[in-house]
Amino acid sequence: MEVILKNLTKKFPSRDRKNRNEVIAVNDFDFTIPDGKLIGLLGPSGCGKSTVLNLISGLLKPTGGRIYFGEDDVTELPPEHRGIGLVFQNYALYPHLTVRQNILFPLENLKGKDKLSREEMLKKADEAAKLVQIDGLMDRKPRELSGGQQQRVAIARALVKRPRVLLLDEPLSNLDARLRLQTREEIRRIQRETKITTIFVTHDQEEAMSISDMIVVMKDGVVQQIGKPQDVYDSPANLFVAKFLGTPPINLFTGQIRNNTLYIGNDAVLQVKDMPDRDVRVGIRPEGFILSDSGVLTCGLNGVEVMGRDISVVSLNDASANPTVRSIVGTENSLSDDTRHKPEGSKVRFDLIPRKVFLFDSLTEERISCEIQQLAAK
Amino acid sequence: MIGMLRKIKNSGIKGWLYLLPALVFLGVFMVYPLIDVFVYSFEQGYNSASQTYQGTGWYNYSYVLHDPYFLQAVKNTFLLVVITVPLSTGIALLIALGLSSIRPLRKFLQTVFFLPYVTNTLAVGMVFMILFKKTAYSDGLINLLVTWLGGNSVDFIDGPYWAKMFVLCFYTIWVVLPFKILILTNALASVNPDYYRAAQVDGTSKTRIFIRITLPMISPMIFYLVITGFIGAFKAYSDVVALFGTNLNAAGMNTIVGYVYDMLYGDGGGYPSFASAAAIILFAIVFTVTCINLLVNGSRVRQ
Repeated sequence: MEVILKNLTKKFPSRDRKNRNEVIAVNDFDFTIPDGKLIGLLGPSGCGKSTVLNLISGLLKPTGGRIYFGEDDVTELPPEHRGIGLVFQNYALYPHLTVRQNILFPLENLKGKDKLSREEMLKKADEAAKLVQIDGLMDRKPRELSGGQQQRVAIARALVKRPRVLLLDEPLSNLDARLRLQTREEIRRIQRETKITTIFVTHDQEEAMSISDMIVVMKDGVVQQIGKPQDVYDSPANLFVAKFLGTPPINLFTGQIRNNTLYIGNDAVLQVKDMPDRDVRVGIRPEGFILSDSGVLTCGLNGVEVMGRDISVVSLNDASANPTVRSIVGTENSLSDDTRHKPEGSKVRFDLIPRKVFLFDSLTEERISCEIQQLAAK
Repeated sequence: MIGMLRKIKNSGIKGWLYLLPALVFLGVFMVYPLIDVFVYSFEQGYNSASQTYQGTGWYNYSYVLHDPYFLQAVKNTFLLVVITVPLSTGIALLIALGLSSIRPLRKFLQTVFFLPYVTNTLAVGMVFMILFKKTAYSDGLINLLVTWLGGNSVDFIDGPYWAKMFVLCFYTIWVVLPFKILILTNALASVNPDYYRAAQVDGTSKTRIFIRITLPMISPMIFYLVITGFIGAFKAYSDVVALFGTNLNAAGMNTIVGYVYDMLYGDGGGYPSFASAAAIILFAIVFTVTCINLLVNGSRVRQ
């Protein structure tokens, strides 16, 4: 089911007595979620992503705008008539009911022509349980299950009525790191098998990037960028998106463009085509650095961190907006051995990979799109 | 020497030492009297002044169980328990549900409902006298209402048994309501709203939400209220005095605790043996009922 949000806006009345301004949690959302895809709503806490989810579910009424499921305008429909499945952050499993009773619960609410016989209900519950692989736990109480198992039960309960849209609120935040990895694969698999349009909310960019077909990056109730995870990562629309995506985070520098050359500090690092001279902010992904004795960017070495497959070179640069510059160089990099034994404070030089370097306007923080190349001398 | 100190440390003597003051007080004022009452109940014609008795055996129990006043008291107490405990818990639940589903005036209404709890029993009794008592000058407010509705005025305080029982139950329910409402509104508020949202998304009807989600979630609190309600109602005494005065046997409204008191101090009084036997019987009843409660509900309540 395609989900279309048209100029969706949600304002909350202010609780603050002195400041009567309304809080705009969702501001003029306008996008289409394609049918049968897994979509991640991504943003820092308080950016309104859960509000969007609640608006789609119908638990909140929008202040303005419309919501369509395919052709149907569901804006005025109460949640129970929208055909959605909702998985809560804390799962909200009924603690006094067994797993089977929990999964049966939505089916037992069906009335009139939708009413099922007991056998049909049990069959459907078993199917849902099989799908999420908890069919061996049907007679347990939720408190006897691990966090990951509870999560599966919650998903089974949301899926048992075959919803048109499945909504997941921070599905992985209550799980430990290892289980998180496993569960996100699981969500991906379940979504692929059921082909139900699934929207999930997360503040963890890695989570969203790894399993989503499409991510929606939000900040302060405004959509920043929508696209395939890799596209958004490779081509961030603005400084916020660039900073929010990627671990370790992007390195930021203040720089200038002079004579079609990009300067970081006093180092001429790259060539930019057809740009007037101006101040810019430069973002360089950690993997955009190449250690090179003749490199264009000179930094002071601060330390080397070896983390399995990667080596991080942590260095200092006066033009850096962050305390340190963190670059990731593969272990296969022949120079890394030398670098590791260099004393702290000695010079390290990097070449930069042009497509990993982004320029942003210093004031609006919007991306400046331009062609970036290696320096001609290279 | 050091070894001995360590031994003392390990055996927990220090812990017992800290508990000693409390234990002494409990022993002197709780355990010893309890044992004493138990002993008295088997001593025939015990006289507390001369510390003498005529013999031991079941005589006191036999006397008490054949005493029509005691049987009346048992009947009254049981009626009171059976009527007021379920009713007051049910009404309190309804009011608590109402309170938690409204927004405006909630705090104000909560205060209003809590007022009887902080009001003195005897003062409340006086108010009930005004409401129900027939005097030379008026029939009481309730009778005004009854006659206005076309009924015959009833003497609720000195009249027929059912009328007196009605007043007593009405009063008891009214007095215990505030505490129950307080407990239940808090229990309702502590249910995670996500359960209701989940139920709403699944299209659960209001009644089903109440029966399948709300009730099981607050069942431990309801269970607590029922148990304490039973125990409290079995021990009813001061309320009855407030309504019907001290000559309860004459009014036919005595309770078991009232009977015990009368045997000790009531006109002439001085029958500690009978009082002890009645007290032990009351203890046995309360104990049995509580055990049954625990057995019946304990398995059903969500722990």
